[in-house]
Order: sequence, then structure tokens, then C-alpha cells
Amino acid sequence: MAMEVTQVLLNAQSIDGNVRKQAEESLKQFQEQNLPSFLLSLSGELANEDKPVDSRKLAGLILKNALDAKEQHRKFELVQRWLSLDAAVKSQIKVCLVNTLSSTASDARSTASQVVAKVAGIELPQKQWPELIGSLLLNIHQLPAHVKQATLETLGYLCEEISPDVVDQDQVNKILTAVVQGMNASEANNDVRLAATRALYNALGFAQANFSNDMERDYIMRVVCEATLSPEVKIRQAAFECLVSISSMYYEKLARYMQDVFNITAKAVREDEEPVALQAIEFWSSICDEEIDILEEYGGDFTGDSDVPCFYFIKQALPALIPMLLETLLKQEDDQDQDEGAWNIAMAGGTCLGLVARTVGDDIVPLVMPFIEENITKPDWRQREAATYAFGSILEGPSPDKLTSIVNVALNFMLAALTKDPNNHVKDTTAWTLGRIFEFLHGSTVDTPIITQANCQQIITVLLQSMKDVPNVAEKACGALYFLAQGYEEAGPSSPLTPYFQEIVHALLTVTDREDAGESRLRTAAYETLNEVVRCSTDETAPMVLQLVPVIMTELHKTLEEQKLASDEREKQSELQGLLCGCLQVIIQKLGSSEPTKVVFMQYADQIMGLFLRVFACRLATVHEEAMLAIGALAYASGPDFSKYMAEFFKYLEMGLQNFEEYQVCAVTVGVVGDICRALEDKILPYCDGIMTQLLKDLSSNQLHRSVKPPIFSCFGDIALAIGENFEKYLMYAMPMLQSAAELSAHAAGADDEMIDYTNSLRNGILEAYSGILQGFKNSPKMQLLVPYAPHILQFLDSIYMEKDMDDVVMKTAIGVLGDLADTLGSNAGSLIQQSLSVKDFLNECLSSEDHMIKESAEWAKLAISRAISV
Amino acid sequence: MAPHDLRRPFKRAAISDQQRRRDLTLQRQAQGRRDAQQQARCLASTVLSLQSQSTQPEYEPDIELEPESLPDLLPEQEESGASSKDLDVRHASKLKGAEARKWFARQLMLPEWMIDVPDCLAQDWYVFARPAGKRCFVVSSNGTTVSRQRNGSILHRFPSALPNGAKTRDVSGPSQSYSILDCIFHEPDQTYYVIDMVCWRGYSLYDCTAEFRFFWLNSKLGETGACSPPSFYHKYRFSTVPIYNCDQSGLSSAYTGALPYVKDGLLFYNKHAHYQTGNTPLALVWKDENCSQYVIDTDSKGQVPSQQQVVLELQDDGKLITSDDPPVVFGCLDLDFIQKEIFYVLLLVMEVEFVDGKLEKVDLHYLGKVNRARAFPDSYSKMLEALILYEKKGKKKLTTGGIQISYAICFFEHAFSLV
Repeated sequence: MAMEVTQVLLNAQSIDGNVRKQAEESLKQFQEQNLPSFLLSLSGELANEDKPVDSRKLAGLILKNALDAKEQHRKFELVQRWLSLDAAVKSQIKVCLVNTLSSTASDARSTASQVVAKVAGIELPQKQWPELIGSLLLNIHQLPAHVKQATLETLGYLCEEISPDVVDQDQVNKILTAVVQGMNASEANNDVRLAATRALYNALGFAQANFSNDMERDYIMRVVCEATLSPEVKIRQAAFECLVSISSMYYEKLARYMQDVFNITAKAVREDEEPVALQAIEFWSSICDEEIDILEEYGGDFTGDSDVPCFYFIKQALPALIPMLLETLLKQEDDQDQDEGAWNIAMAGGTCLGLVARTVGDDIVPLVMPFIEENITKPDWRQREAATYAFGSILEGPSPDKLTSIVNVALNFMLAALTKDPNNHVKDTTAWTLGRIFEFLHGSTVDTPIITQANCQQIITVLLQSMKDVPNVAEKACGALYFLAQGYEEAGPSSPLTPYFQEIVHALLTVTDREDAGESRLRTAAYETLNEVVRCSTDETAPMVLQLVPVIMTELHKTLEEQKLASDEREKQSELQGLLCGCLQVIIQKLGSSEPTKVVFMQYADQIMGLFLRVFACRLATVHEEAMLAIGALAYASGPDFSKYMAEFFKYLEMGLQNFEEYQVCAVTVGVVGDICRALEDKILPYCDGIMTQLLKDLSSNQLHRSVKPPIFSCFGDIALAIGENFEKYLMYAMPMLQSAAELSAHAAGADDEMIDYTNSLRNGILEAYSGILQGFKNSPKMQLLVPYAPHILQFLDSIYMEKDMDDVVMKTAIGVLGDLADTLGSNAGSLIQQSLSVKDFLNECLSSEDHMIKESAEWAKLAISRAISV
Repeated sequence: MAPHDLRRPFKRAAISDQQRRRDLTLQRQAQGRRDAQQQARCLASTVLSLQSQSTQPEYEPDIELEPESLPDLLPEQEESGASSKDLDVRHASKLKGAEARKWFARQLMLPEWMIDVPDCLAQDWYVFARPAGKRCFVVSSNGTTVSRQRNGSILHRFPSALPNGAKTRDVSGPSQSYSILDCIFHEPDQTYYVIDMVCWRGYSLYDCTAEFRFFWLNSKLGETGACSPPSFYHKYRFSTVPIYNCDQSGLSSAYTGALPYVKDGLLFYNKHAHYQTGNTPLALVWKDENCSQYVIDTDSKGQVPSQQQVVLELQDDGKLITSDDPPVVFGCLDLDFIQKEIFYVLLLVMEVEFVDGKLEKVDLHYLGKVNRARAFPDSYSKMLEALILYEKKGKKKLTTGGIQISYAICFFEHAFSLV
């Protein structure tokens, strides 16, 4: 058998497809027939020094995949499967794995260390394999070096895999000691030192206690800083990665090291190789992130309760930090504006400069202005570009007071540069900077307008002209126009853009037609800008928006006529369909929002719906999503008239609800079901069996992304509200589903922020479902059917109130449900409500809420309850 | 080298319009859900059946427009249909033209004339000085505000700071919610004085006590900015009126206190009464020359004519009735006398006789058709009040006086003399 496995594993990597397929098939059979023996022979293969490295490596990988998966439910299954294996089998496998760490073949060692970490990830939380860490630590003190290296690597993976509370502090101390010793300059072997440095990166999360102790922290910091000076570039990079991680994890402990760290990072940024320099810049970006968070959270007002005070590291480092960052801006790559994935020192430096501006505000301006003034007119394009980039980077953060006068002077210069500068990089950055000016210094909230009647014409002329420039410049010009339009969103009944509306729309449509519009996402930018221009338009230009409808429809029609395309062309075609559906969606929403334009628009409804249905023949998920969103907007605008499309549309609605893989499509479709419910009201009844079946399936699927489930519950409410007492037949399915979800979501204790957010969105969905169902049955004799569920609903309200971790949205919905109970069930609920322990407190808390919507709902609930009780 | 996981490539893709489209859609859907929910929550509690008005004729009185009555700007006089039986307020707030006029004409709570002092006046009643002006319903919904007079005709159509009263970008409330206020439009300062709140942000207050309604009115109206001076989105100012308990000091404040508006009598509201459409004895009005310039009919020279006019409704069978529910019948006209187009008559009160405090016998003289703006005949209590005042003016002595009427007069004369 063992011989056979080797050959099969080698065959599975054969270049010959048939051989490979056959080998994969027999591996699969072997696994299905006898899992313990399969895993044993794989671990034996991995541990066997006489076997070829390739078969050993693959054996290790298959083992690893037998222990872990990306999908949550699959992962859970694999964990259970491993735990249920015979103890003797597991123990034999683990011996093989640990032995392999001493192998002379580095690939075998490296694979084994990953598998060990996976097994540890399953067993340590179960209090199994207690001897693992001890035996690994013994290895550390062994020679040869490669064993040490593999062991450190294993410790690193292990820390990545398990949560710190699984390991007791004594063992943590031992792990950290071993790791830090391995990093020490006295360690002669670079492989060991690198493995140790990378292991520390993962182990930092375990070091809470050690970072609270001055001596231990000093020691760790010293070793990390020393490692940044290693002659080996990978060690330097790994050490800076540790510093970045420390900066966000232990921000409040950094004060005494900042001077040293600044010196190291400055040297790295100026002199070191790019991967190291990028990490050094990242350290400062990360400090900015921390300080921005702290300042946002506390508004600079620190009291004894504040978790973490702001140490103003950035503010203090400013005089030295700014020159360092400005230097990086001059290190542009020649083609960076064309390369979507580019990331280099100049880009990282500019990004950091922008973060610094957000952190310190006004203080940055005088430090950057001399650089801009000195370089902006230089003959070398790098200097002009760097100066412009610096200017664009500091536009968010400083106050408009500080910036307005400077921007007013700069604006003319920028407009001239955008038309006249001979260099595309400079023009690209100039257009981007104009966009930033409009994004942050133009709009109804700004006191002194940058754009006036005097310069509006010129700005628009320059931007429209730039849209004819090379694709990357034209794309940035579209972006600038996007923010220009956005700034007039609140302009009132008359927009300064009205006189240019036709011209702007024409220019944007011309851009979408350019041969090279596929480059630099130019076409996308043009449609997105068109969308924003439409969104921000006023009644004055409604006739022109109406004229746009047949234009976009014709474009969409064209894409549907083209056939027999090559696969990459098909993809482009689908992308274009997505953009056009998106544009139509925006137009429908705009025209549908006022009665006079809606009436005129509706003459196109049949044709548009016809086009959307044809788009569903396309395969790409994003297109489905866009068409679905547009149909939602159309249903909203059409109201009950939408029922005529339902027969044809329904199958696509069902398909959308079945799309587990592309969960965005599923989520959007669920939202559209809500739109249709509100549009059709009880006319949706004939389709409800199909919809409800699908929604219930979605809820019970563990494949579907969890974020879709709360909206599905809300959708129950939409349906119930639309069909009223006809919801009766779904009660027996929906109610138990809601009850068990309610029990799950009642407590999120000890969960992280993300889990609490999810729990709250789930609660909100459940509550919206209850609300819709209760209101749907109001005034119906069948209301009696809901009476048995009332105690549970009240109990749910009770428990989320007691939990004290609901957000404002949940609070508003919850207090509304209390009112719905009283409103629909009347005296049936009255006595229950009076008996409830916390309801009165909850109501009073909501009545005195600062939140307008919560208060409003609470007042209504109070009214409903007083009626229910008085009856 | 790939960008840092957390770093947005600074110069690229600042916008994801697709995400924006998704977000805006989610916002619209959430708003739609809130609106639908809100609507459902308000429905049942505001159903106001028009069947209770069954004693009223089903047809619209065919009367001619007088120049001073404000024309309705909307196309009207279309077939009103018989569908108006189960209207609720939400539906009503969307009514237009003749339908709306007809509906609103019947929705105001109308006080009886105070001919009797209620028991427990001091404990159970509020009093306030009625502003002089046109009584009207003000409805704000869907971005506009409409005021309608007692006869249902539109007084103004205007933007206001009431909830959904103007087309602003206020997204604080559901877009379809409506508010209905019971107001008096006071010409001199172009202000709507709000004397009662019927619906607020879609919540019906019909079956709430006056105590609650006044509390709500005073706490909510100010929040909206409706009491602010006029502006582009807020054409007329709204104001509350000071409301007092009916104790000595309350009565005196209402009766003689200085107010920013011209007074036209005193209104008394029972604290426990719900908002009831039509005439109700739980709201009362008092007028005398000290607190109103419109006590009794005066001629063009300000002289009290020797006759007082009262409007009664003429029914098909010739009976003349008051606006009370049930109506009080005042005799019968000779059917020969009835011409098709005459439905209301003006009456001349000549001779009256009281038996046990009830008006027993009157002489009615037909004066002519009423002007079209009138939607209702007068109430029984108005007739009594007119008679009392007529007597006080010394124009004619009542031959028999009801004890209660005398008592009421004495009470007030005493109360107000202490002021």
C-alpha cells in the first residue's frame, strides 16, 4: 500500500492530464473507503526520509486540506471528523508530523509545520495534545539549525492558528522567549533568525502581558529594532512588519521607543530596498490610523474613561516626518499611472502624507507649502508631479479656512496645467487633485465657495476638454466632474450646473464611445459620473434626463444584438451591460421620485423591462445584480402596474434567490422582493408560494453568506404586510424559523464588534418580520392565530433589552414591535405586556431617547399600549 | 508589490458607484419599508366612517358661489360618487376637489353654545380665547400643506414646516405621513392659530383625550419649526394659543388677558373628551361683548337689528332642522313653498317660548337663500345663545326664561366681574 501511495501522489502531479485525473480519482476513493488508513499513510509518506520530496509535500498538503477549509460549515465538518477519529490513529499521525520537523528536506519540514499547526488549532482548544508546545520548545535547544528553524516556523503558524486564551501564560512566556532568542543578533543562522522574526509577527497577539511589563517589552523592542538592521533583506522586512503590527496592537506602549523607531524608519525609507522601505512607511501610516481612530472616537477630549489616550506621535514627529515623506514623492515609476496594481514608495509616501494631514489638520499646511511652491514649476516632470501630488494629498484634514485661500490661488494654476502640461503623469495627478478639491472644499456645507459664477464655466470647459485626453487623464477628469456635480446635490430647486447640463451629458456619452474607453476604467468612470450628474440634477433639467432614457436603452439594445463573441469580448459586453443597467437604475429612481416626470417616464416602462429580461440571459453575476437593482427601481416607480411583468420576471426572481454562490445577487434579489411587495401589495399573492419556499430554503442553507439572512427575515415582514392574513399558511414555517433565530440572536455576549454588528442586524431582521406579520393580521379575525406567539415575542424583546448591546436601529424596531403587538392583538397582548418585567423600563428609555426615530416609535407604542390596556 | 491590505490605492477608484447604487437602493428600500409599516400602524386607528353622518343628505348642496368664498384651484365638481362611506383620514388626506370639500366639511369638532354651566367646570374643562378668523383644517402631506374651511373649500395651498408640509429634503419622517391640525386663520397677522391636533405624523389623535391632544400639540408643534417666522419653505406662521384650566385665574386670563390676536369669544373643552366630529356638548363657546366683536349680528352701521338671523336646513319633507345630531326640528315649511334649488333658509326669530328650559315655539320667517359657502345650518344652542344675547341687549324680553340659562349668565357675569 505504502509504495502505491507514493506513486499515486507523484501521478497526481503529472503533466499528463489523464494520469493526473486517474491518480486524483484513486486518492479520492482511498479517502472515502478508509479515512484513518488514508490519513495514516499520508503522514507516513510525509515523515519518510526515503521518499521523493514531491510525494511527501503533496501528502502533507492533502493532510492539511483534510483538516481545514475556507467555508465555515465545511471547516466545522472537518474539525468534527478529526476529533472523532480513533485516538491511537491520531497519536500515530502526530508523531509522524512532529518527527518530520527534523527532516533534512526543507519542503517536508515546512509542510509538516503547517499541518502540525492545523492539528493544534483543532486539539488545543479541546485541551488535547498538551505535550505539543513542550516538545516543540525542547526542539529549539537542539542542533542542527534546520530543526530549530522548522520549530520556530511551527510556533509561528501555531500562534496564527489558535487564540491566545488557549495557551496559559507560562507557555506563552516560553514561546516568546524561544522566539525572541531566535531573532537575536547573536543567532548566526539567517534562516533561523528569519523564521523567528516571522514567528514573532504571529505571536505578538499572545504578548499582552509581556508588553505590559517594561523590562520584557524593552527587550522585545530592542530585538525587533536590531533585526531591522540585519544584513539580510528578508529579515529586515519581517522585522518592520513586526513593528507595523506592534504599532497598532500596542500603540499606547510606544512612547519611549518613538525616537529610535523614527530614526530606523527614516533610514529605511531613504536608503533601503523597496519592500523594506514600504514597510517603514507603513509603520507611520499605521500610527496615523490609530490616532485618527482615537481622535474620532473621543474628539480630542480625554477623560479618565478613555481607553487609550492620544499620544500625538505624528504631531511631534511632524517636522522630521514631512520632509521624509515629501522625498518619497519624487521616486515615481514611469508607468505607474497605467498600471492598475502599482504600489511603490511614491504612492505609499503620498498615502501616508494624506493620512498625516487627516491626523494633524492645519499644522501640515505650512510644512508642505514650501515644497509645492518650489517644485510645481520645475522643468523635471517628477518635481511638478510630486508637488501636485503633495497638494492633492493634504486637501482632506486641514480646515477649509486654512485651505480656501491657497486653493483659490492654486485653482487657476491647476486648470492651466491640466490643459497645457506636456506630461501625462502631471496631468493625471492634476485632474485627481481637482477632484479632491471638489470633494472636500465644494458643496453646501462649505462657507466660502471655491466654484463661483465667475469660474464655473472655465472649470467645466477644462474638464470636458480633458475628457478627450489620454485614458488615464480623462478618467481622472471624469472623477473630478463627479465630485463637482456631487457638491451641487443640495443646491435647491436651481443648480448652477443647469446651463451646462446638456453639454456635460453629451461629453460623457462621447467618452463612453471612445475606442480606448476600455483602458484605465475610463468607460466605467464616465458612466459613474453620468449617474452622479443625473442624481444631482434638478427639476429644471428633468426633460433632458428624460431624453437620456431612449439613448441608454438604445445602447443596451445594441449590446444584446451582438452575437458570437469571443469569451473576453463577451466579458466586456457584460460589463457594459452592467454599466448601462446601473445608469438606467439611477435614471428610473430620479424620474420616479416626482409625479410629473414619472408619468412621462412610464411610457418607456414596457420596453425597459423587456431589455432587462433579455439581460438576464447573460451569465455574469454583476450584470444580474445591476439588472435586478434596476428592476427594483422600476417596480418602485410602477406601483401596482408592475404586476403585468411578474409572469415573465418571476423565474429570474427565483433564480436570483437561488444564487448562493454570488450572494450579492441573492441579497439584491431579496431587496427587490420587498420592492415588489410594496408595489403590488396583495397582487403578489400568486407568487408568494414560490418566493416563500425559496426564502425558507435560503435561511436553512449553510452555504449562503450569513449577511443575506437578516434581510430575508425583513422580507418576511414585507410579504406579510403586502398579503395580510393570507400569510396564514406560511406561519407554521416562518414562526419557528423566527423563534430559533431569535433565541440565537438574543445573546451576543463576549462576541467581537463584528459579531455584535451581525447579531444586531439579525435582530433587526427578525423584528421587522414580526412587525410586518403583526400589522398584516391587524383587523382580521385570524389575528387570533398570532396570540400563541405573543409570549415568545415579548420574551425576545425582554432579553435583547436586558442584554444592553442593541444599537439604535434595533431599539427603534423593537419598540415598534411592542406597539404592533398591542395594536394588533389588543387586549390579548395588553395583560401580557403589563406582566412583562422590563417592557416599561424599555419604553421609558425609548421615550427619553435622543434619537428622533426611536422617540417617535416609542410614542406610538405608548399610544397603542394604552389603547390595548384600556379596552 | 501589491498595496497593503488596508490601504486604498490613494489615487485610484475614489468612488465605487456600484456600491453607491447598492447603498442608495438599500436606503430607498428601508424607507419604503418604514413607510409601509408606518401606514399600516396608523390605518386602523384612524378609520372614520362617514356612515355616522347618515342623517346628512348624500348629495352636495347645490348652492351658488359667493364672490368672497375662495375658489378651489383643483378641477372639481366631478362625480363625487358614493364611495365615500369608509374613508379614513389617510385616504382623505389624498382626496381632491369636491370629494375633499365634502369630507372635510364634516370633520371639524363644532362647539355648542354655552347655555348652561357644566358640572365640575374647574376640574374637567379647559378654556382659551378663540382667535378671530376662519376656522379651518390644515393638512400637511406629500410635501404640501392645504388649509380648508368649514365648508371644505380651500383657503390656502402652501409650503410649511409642518411634517411633510414642504418639498424639502427632510427625511426624518416617512414621506407619506400626514398631519391634520384644527386651526383658525387670523388675517391681521397672517397666522394659523392651532386650536387642536387631529393627526400628527400619521398618528391619529381622534380617540385621544383633549388633555393628551393639547399636551401633544404643545410639545410637538414647536419641534417642527412651524412656529418660526415665514420663509421660502414656510409661508405662514403657526402658533399655539394659551390654554387655561377653568379656575378663577384661568377664566380671567382667557377672558381679559392680552393676546397677540383679536379674540372672538371663549372656547371650553372637556379634558376627557375625544375629538368628535360635528356638534358636541363637550366643547362649548361663549361670547359676549367683552370678549368678542361678533356677538350678535350687526348691520352695516354696527347697530343690532331688531331681528336675529339663524340658518336652518330644509329637508325634502319640508322639515327645518338644526345641525345637531340628532337634529332638532323647528316646524315645517309648506311644501308648496319649496322650490327645487332652495335647501337652506334664513330665519327670523320673532316669538319664542321656553318650557322647561327648552325652546318651544318660534316664529320662522323665510328671508332667502343662504350663500353657498355655508355648509351647515346653525345648531340649537346657537339659536338659544342668540336669543339670550338678544334679550340682554334689551331688544326684547323673553317671556319665559329657563333657569339654567339665567344661571349661566349670572355665573359668568359674576366670574368676569371679579377680573
